[in-house]
Amino acid sequence: MTGTWVAVLVTAAGCYAFKLAGLTVPRRVLDNPRVRRFAELVPVALLAALVAVQTFGDGQSLAIDPARLAGLGAAVLALVLRAPFLVVIIAAAGTAAALRALGVA
Amino acid sequence: MALGLAVGVSGLAFGAAAVGSGLSVAQACVLSLLAFTGASQFALAGAVAGGGSLIGGVAGAVLLGSRNALYGLRMTGVLEPRGARKPLTALGVIDETTAVSLAQPDTASARLAFRVTFATIYITWNLSTLLGAYGAGRIGSPQSFGLDVVGPAAFLALIWPQLRAGRTERAVGLLGAAIALITTPFLPPGVPVILAATAALAGALATPVPGAGAAELPAAEPPVAGAP
Repeated sequence: MTGTWVAVLVTAAGCYAFKLAGLTVPRRVLDNPRVRRFAELVPVALLAALVAVQTFGDGQSLAIDPARLAGLGAAVLALVLRAPFLVVIIAAAGTAAALRALGVA
Repeated sequence: MALGLAVGVSGLAFGAAAVGSGLSVAQACVLSLLAFTGASQFALAGAVAGGGSLIGGVAGAVLLGSRNALYGLRMTGVLEPRGARKPLTALGVIDETTAVSLAQPDTASARLAFRVTFATIYITWNLSTLLGAYGAGRIGSPQSFGLDVVGPAAFLALIWPQLRAGRTERAVGLLGAAIALITTPFLPPGVPVILAATAALAGALATPVPGAGAAELPAAEPPVAGAP
C-alpha cells in the first residue's frame, strides 16, 4: 500500500513538473519544425501503444480476451461512423459487458 | 457542455477503473486532484492492475504526461502566465483546455476560455472520480461492466482525429503499437509504452520539414476529447 502511495505521488509530481516545464521552456525551442512535428506525434505513438497493450496485454504476456477485443471493435466502428466520444465509450463497454453477461466470451 | 459531460463519464470510468485496479478511493482522488491528466492516470491504474513493476508504471504514466509540456510550449505565448499565477495555470494545461483556448479568435477570449474550461473540467473530473471510485466498490467486478475496455476505447477516440489526418500519423500509431506489443514479454509493464515514443521520433525525422514557418500547433484536438 505504501509503495502504491509513493507511485501515486511521484506520478502526480512528474505530470505536474512536465506541465510547468512547458510554460517555462524558451519559445525558440518550438521554432524548430522537427521539435514541433515530434510534439504532434508523441501522443499518437504513446496512446496507440497503450491501446495495444491494454487490449492484448495480460501483465507481461500477450493474450486475446474476446470480449475486450469485441469492445474495442465496437469503438472502432463507432469512430468510423463519426459517433461522439460518449457513444464510442458506451459502445465499447456495453459490447464487452453484454458478451460477458451472455457467457459468449 | 458536451465536453463537460464527456469528462464526467471519463472521470466515473477512471474512478471505477482505479479502484478495480487496486488503488484506494483516496489514491484515485489524489491522482485526479494533483496529476489531473487522464491518460497518465489510466496508465498508472493499468500498471497497478498488471501487478508489474511500479517504477515502470510510474515512468510510463509520467512520460504520457509529457505531451502537456508540449501544449505548455504553445500556451505560454497565449496565456503569458507570470508570478504566483504560473503554478496554478500549469495544473490546467491539458488536451481540452489547450484545444478550446486555441479555438478562440483573439487573445482575451483565449485566456477566458482557458480559465472557464479549466475550472469546469477540474471540478467535474474530481467529483466524477470520487463518485466512480465509491461506485466501483459496490458494483463488483469492473470487467462485468466492460470497464477494462473504457481506457483503450478512450485513448483510441483521443487520437482518432490525428489518425484520420495523415499517413505519417497512422504509420506512427501502428509502429508505436507494434513496438509496445513486441517488447511487452521482455520488459516490465509501462516500459514498452515509453519505447513507443521512438515511433514518434522516427515519424518526425521521416517527415520532410518545410521552412521554419508557422506549422500547425502541436496536436490540439477538436474539443470532443473525453479525459483531461
